[in-house]
Amino acid sequence: MYRFRQWSVKHSRFMEGLYNFVNPAILVTLRGVTKVFGKKLDKPIIAAEAGLKGLLFDCQMCGNCALSKTGMSCPMNCPKTLRNGPCGGVRANGMCEVKPEMQCVWVAAWDGASRMKGGEAIKSIEHAVDHRDKGTSTWLKLAREEKTDV
Amino acid sequence: MSEVMQDNSVQDAQELGTNPGDPLPQLSGHVSHGRFERVLRAGQFAVTTEIAPPDSADPEEVLRRASLFDGYVDAINATDGSGAHCHMSSLAVCAILTRAGYSPILQISCRDRNRIAIQGDTLGAAALGVCNALCLSGDDVGAGDHPEAKPVFDLDSISLTQTLKVLRDESRFLSGRKLDLAPKLFIGSSINPFVPPIHNRVDQLAKKIEAGAEYIQSQYCFDMDILKEFMKRAVDMGLTEKSYILIGAGVLPSAKTAKWMRENVPGVHIPDAIIKRLEGADKPQREGRKICTEIMQQLKETAGVSGVHLMAYRQEKWVGDIVKKSGVLDGRTPWAPKNLKIELGT
Repeated sequence: MYRFRQWSVKHSRFMEGLYNFVNPAILVTLRGVTKVFGKKLDKPIIAAEAGLKGLLFDCQMCGNCALSKTGMSCPMNCPKTLRNGPCGGVRANGMCEVKPEMQCVWVAAWDGASRMKGGEAIKSIEHAVDHRDKGTSTWLKLAREEKTDV
Repeated sequence: MSEVMQDNSVQDAQELGTNPGDPLPQLSGHVSHGRFERVLRAGQFAVTTEIAPPDSADPEEVLRRASLFDGYVDAINATDGSGAHCHMSSLAVCAILTRAGYSPILQISCRDRNRIAIQGDTLGAAALGVCNALCLSGDDVGAGDHPEAKPVFDLDSISLTQTLKVLRDESRFLSGRKLDLAPKLFIGSSINPFVPPIHNRVDQLAKKIEAGAEYIQSQYCFDMDILKEFMKRAVDMGLTEKSYILIGAGVLPSAKTAKWMRENVPGVHIPDAIIKRLEGADKPQREGRKICTEIMQQLKETAGVSGVHLMAYRQEKWVGDIVKKSGVLDGRTPWAPKNLKIELGT
């Protein structure tokens, strides 16, 4: 939801802290769950991730989550799905060129990043999306890769 | 004047060969065979412009449009479906211009093609002799005459820049598959310092340079205050040492058009003071050209600016006049096919 998404960016510092606190717990849990159940619970886990991140960030489940590097503003909500934005078309009031009723996702991203401890990460280049990952869970991917850092 | 022209021609003929379409030898430290890279690396203040690709399959029309710029510009950008409108492709325009000896810049937008198509076209362009490429995100399809089209945006301008660098420097596709011959392209990208987030635009510039942009062409500059602040930060961060920055200059024909552009063309920032100047002028067209000339002169004096990119849509016939009046070339005559006299060896 747009309003929640804006709240998350506005409180990017808090969301970063929450993420750093909750994420290891989620990954530990999922590691245990996937060991016991294999792939049997993938569907509900994907649904849970989509539901939670959808509510907070309007997550599009690209499977290449970059929220911690984009000021908690999901780049897949950019109509051009830029992973290294913004484009040059941003309106003078900071709104999107394509959707004038929406704040530019990347104006929000740079703003969100400015409040985050690890906000400098937005300055590093993000690779193009692997479209095969669409609809898959970043949590499960990380749990299975046994990595805790995004 | 004619003596100077002749001297230039003889020198050009010696450096460049007599057949306009012949590829030039690649100089040491250069990444391309192109004349545009030579001008910038020689420390000359460069002038580039934009050709509007015709709604036609006629190659003569491309050459006719390019000939308006003869002797005034160092490179010609061929737009890639600009404003999401359909025209002759940038690749074809560049191939036609290259054959005639011009230095075209292939604009590549991410809107219409995915990474498979873009990499293929890039190899094709280099095979046809194109030496320069400019990486752009591209306007949204909704801005054009085919709003029902599928927007692609598989890459963005930064991952596109990286892609071209991988093709050229690592001689491979993104997949890792090796190339037999890498495309020798001078790689550029664009920047718009005049729209939000204004403070972070210089960070965006840094990312583009890190991705591999060797030159930058900017959106229209009508606001020298914002530009000066932007360039100051770019110079302080050492970015102008790593990349040649060309700033966009535009020709406004009337206050009405200026207002329309400000409202309807994405990313165009025109301060009220400029609009007032046009409104108060007896001859707004002439005033618009005067504004452009003045901005070009100020850009030349701005630290870190390596050239201007003059965009004169539907005002192309005035490009020569504006460049001449601005004096930014310091009497230099950029190479053009008709300047080449067959005097070599006499």
